[in-house]
Order: sequence, then C-alpha cells, then structure tokens
Amino acid sequence: MTELKGKAFKFGDNISTDHIAPGRLFHLRSNLNELAKHVLEDADSEFASKMKKGDFVVGGNNFGLGSSREHAPQIIKIAGVGAVIAKSFARIFYRNAINIGLLLIECDTDKINAGDELEVDIKKGYVYNKTQNIKLPFPPLPEVMVKLLNEGGLIEHIKKHGDFDLV
Amino acid sequence: MGQTIAEKILSKHAGKSVKPGELIISNIDVVMVQDGTGPLAVSEFKKIGKDRLFNPKRTILFIDHAAPSPRKELSNSHTVLRNFAKDYGAILSETGEGVCHQRLIESFVNPGEVLLGADSHTCTSGALGAFATGVGSTDIAVVMALGKTWLKVPSTYKIVLEGEFKKGVYAKDLILYLIGLIGADGATYKSLEFTGNAVKNMTMSDRFTISNMAVEAGAKAGLFETDEKTREYLKQHGREDKFVEIKADSDAEYERIININLSELKPMISLPHTVDNTKTIEEIKRVDVNQVYIGTCTNGRIEDLRIAAKILKNKKVKEGVRLLIAPASRQVFLQALEEGLITDFVNAGAAIVTSGCGACVGVHAGILGDGEVCLSSQNRNFKGRMGNTEGFIYLSSPATCAYSAIKGYIADVREVL
Repeated sequence: MTELKGKAFKFGDNISTDHIAPGRLFHLRSNLNELAKHVLEDADSEFASKMKKGDFVVGGNNFGLGSSREHAPQIIKIAGVGAVIAKSFARIFYRNAINIGLLLIECDTDKINAGDELEVDIKKGYVYNKTQNIKLPFPPLPEVMVKLLNEGGLIEHIKKHGDFDLV
Repeated sequence: MGQTIAEKILSKHAGKSVKPGELIISNIDVVMVQDGTGPLAVSEFKKIGKDRLFNPKRTILFIDHAAPSPRKELSNSHTVLRNFAKDYGAILSETGEGVCHQRLIESFVNPGEVLLGADSHTCTSGALGAFATGVGSTDIAVVMALGKTWLKVPSTYKIVLEGEFKKGVYAKDLILYLIGLIGADGATYKSLEFTGNAVKNMTMSDRFTISNMAVEAGAKAGLFETDEKTREYLKQHGREDKFVEIKADSDAEYERIININLSELKPMISLPHTVDNTKTIEEIKRVDVNQVYIGTCTNGRIEDLRIAAKILKNKKVKEGVRLLIAPASRQVFLQALEEGLITDFVNAGAAIVTSGCGACVGVHAGILGDGEVCLSSQNRNFKGRMGNTEGFIYLSSPATCAYSAIKGYIADVREVL
C-alpha cells in the first residue's frame, strides 16, 4: 500500500449516495471520469475542484447510505481520494468500496477538522492528525477487505483464483 | 440452538449450518440489475472473461429507472442491456413493464431463495420469505458469472407486531415509525424479522411495503415467515407450487427484540432530508405541497391505488398542485384500469405516468423546482433525491398523499375516513 498523506475534507452525518453521485447526473454513469468531476457535489459543490490526489474525505455517521450505486465509491476512487474516513459506513457502500478497492477507515472523526493534514498508517492502525498532533486509532481492517484491497478488488480476485478464495 | 429465518436460508445456500458474523460463500438463486446499475455490471462481467451466464433464466435486467429514456446517454445504456440480454440469453424487462422489485415479487422470486440485486430496495422480496439484499454492480457481475457471492451472516432483530391498525394508519406508517425509532443506521448489517399476531392479518402488499424499507434503517434484509397469504399470493401469480414453509425456530437467538402495538400508531410523515426524521401528522405544522407522487416499489401496488382512488373519487386535486400517479407495474396498471381506478384519478386531475421508478430517482417524470415541496409514497427523501437539491421531499402513506393532494397541504387523512 502506498503512503497515505493528505488534507481532510470534512462532511457531516448521513452523506448519501445522492450527495456523492446524484440522480440528476444519472446519464453520466456511463462516463465515470466525467461523473467524477461532480463527486460529492451535492454535499460540497467545491470539493471536486479543490481536492488534490491523496486527500481524504472525512464523514460522520452512516457515510454512503442509500442507493446501491457503485458509481458512488467508484468516482471517489477515480477522483484520487486516498481513503474515506468516517465514524461508520452504510452496508452497501462499505461492501462496494471493498469490491472496487477503495480504502475505508472507521475512527472518531470528531477529532478531525476541515483542512487538517492527515497521515494514515494501515499496519499500525491509526490516523495521525498532524495539524492537531493526535493519533486516532482504528480497529484492524477486516480480512476480506485487506485481501481484496491487496489483490486490486473483487474482479481481479476472481480472475486470479477462478473462484472465491476468501473463506 | 435454533435459527432465525436469515440463518436458515443462508445455511441452505452455504451448504452448512451458519452463525451470525460468519463469512460464507452463498449460492444465489436469482440475480438482477436495473438500468442505473446494469451497464457497469455488464462491463465488469466482461472483464471476468466467462463466455456465458451461470443461470441465464434467472438473470434479469430491468429497464425501469429512466424509462422511457429522457436522454440519449440513457437510451444508449438501455441498448447495452438489451444487447447483453440477447447475446447471453438473460431476461429483459422493458420500459413500462414496471419497477424491478414489483416485477420480482410478481414473477420471479420464491420463498426460501436468495436474491441478489444491484438495487438497494431488493430487500422488498423478503416479504415472500426470500433472503433478498442489495449489492453493487461488481458483486452482481460475479454472481452472473459464478452463481454465488460472499456474505457475512447477519444477526437478527425481531420486530414483534401486535394489535390492529386504527383507521387511516397503514403499513407505511408502521415502517416509518420503526425507522424513526431506531434511526437510519439503527439496523446496519442486521436482518429484520417481522413477526407477531398482527402479521397474520397483514396483506402481502403491507408486508412488501415493510420489507421494502428495511434498508432505510440500514438493514441487510427485511424478512417475513410464509403463511397462507404467501401461498395465496403465489397462486394468484401462477406459482403456487413454489410455496414452502419458511419459519424461524422457536429457540432462535435474536440480538434485539422490538415490540410495537399497531393500535398505538398514527399517520406518520418523514420530513426532509432523512427518512428517520419522522413525526406524527399531529406534530407537524402546515406544509403546502406543489407535487404529490403516488407509486414506486414502496407503495404503487393495486391495494395502494384502491386506497388512493377511494379518497380521490369525485374530488378534485387542489389548484396549483400536481398529482402524479405511477402504477408499480403493467400488471398493476391493467388491474387499476379494469377496476376504474385510473378513471377516478384522471377525473380528479391526476397525471398518470409510466410504470417504473419515475420521479422517485430524480431522473425524469417529476423533478422538483427550486424550493418546491413534494409529498410522496416513495421510500427516500434525501437531499437531491428528486433531481434538485433545492427541493423538499416528505414521505407518507398513499392515503395521506391522496388526501393532501385534495387539500393542497400535508393533511390528516383520518378527517375523511
């Protein structure tokens, strides 16, 4: 895994897939690079233009609730976000992120402000908030997530093993 | 130790006795996509390199979210699905045939089966005693190729329903109440199992409404045991032979038990912009409406339309209010025509729109203007859901919708019942 360093972009609780990849842009789903220019637009209209590769999306509770549209984690990944850090994630979003190889981290995001410089150490299991000089621990990532992330997502996993090799 | 419904169905599909929290590989009986998630599933499927579908006769592609297509990009996405269905022998459900979840319960899913769908409201089929859950396009691509998926076995919340609905209170009010009670993430990763004496009296349509919204509390599935009503429903839809008894063991273990007495419930409203932001009709101040929408996989069934038609018959929709009605499927539409309900709606001033997801997904057929308010029988009121972040969406039962369309504001339907 590459080094994870970047700036925090802060969002609230219950950021839905409609905030991330709105229905009004349904027609762009066949063009993910174009849709990625609008990522999270309905939560922060300036996010896509301000974020730099490796920056972090920081949410509150239940990040990614709503629709099963995988385009939501896809465009976060395509935009170059290093990881999504939130207090908790909605189920389908979490699963989709694992399958496509987008890193999600659950920790206490109250201790992260917008603009804070963050470093993520996956092996040691903490987010280091450089701006505030505090370490925010997170539980070890589920084994499935580690395996699929390392193999480049579910499709690559299946291509490599010809079947599931998770259990 | 006994098992819950979810544990029983998943044990059968994993080929071993499973426990909550366990990671399993489960066989999948039915797999589906819709036009919003299907094209991505098709492209991911092609990356795997299989030249055939695992089970084409139970792989279904629905054109319902943007149907009829309002834009050339979406028309092209529809072409992708049509070609894939043709090339691989999958089943295609065309424009006007209806919302995927309604079509699935009418024609495709049976008790005891596992359904995986690239749509979050796939949980609707849980009311048939099937383990049905929503996932993303990549998951679906793999299921299409291999006929199986990885799942974490959920623990279960038992929702015990007793008593009877009072006049003007429906299954929609119950599920809105429950979501308000436990929150939009109150059941994340869990299976909800609905049981109790009140369930026996519930129509299948009531049960579908409840299962449909399980995901709005974060749940993986919303399950009902099967009974004579399930059998009757299957019979009406030409597959009585698919009936099997699905029931939790009496000594099954539940993570949480929630008791609800239906007779204590009132008409509920979910306020912008989260589904768990619920209040009773008595608690809200006057809210004028610009648009009222009756339809969707939550509440667009014939039973819902009958309730709405009874209220709207020989009445007029308030001037300045748009009432949009979308029967959930062609089958529902035909039945409504036969019963004269459509005539009642049109006479009242409603616009009938194509059977499909329509205005609920914000793609077409009822996008809100800036500052506009919509009261809808749908399942979601997120910011931007109906195509405009400057719109305000309230959720209620079809009865509350119908009466509010006449009054011009969100009104208490008990006044006319």
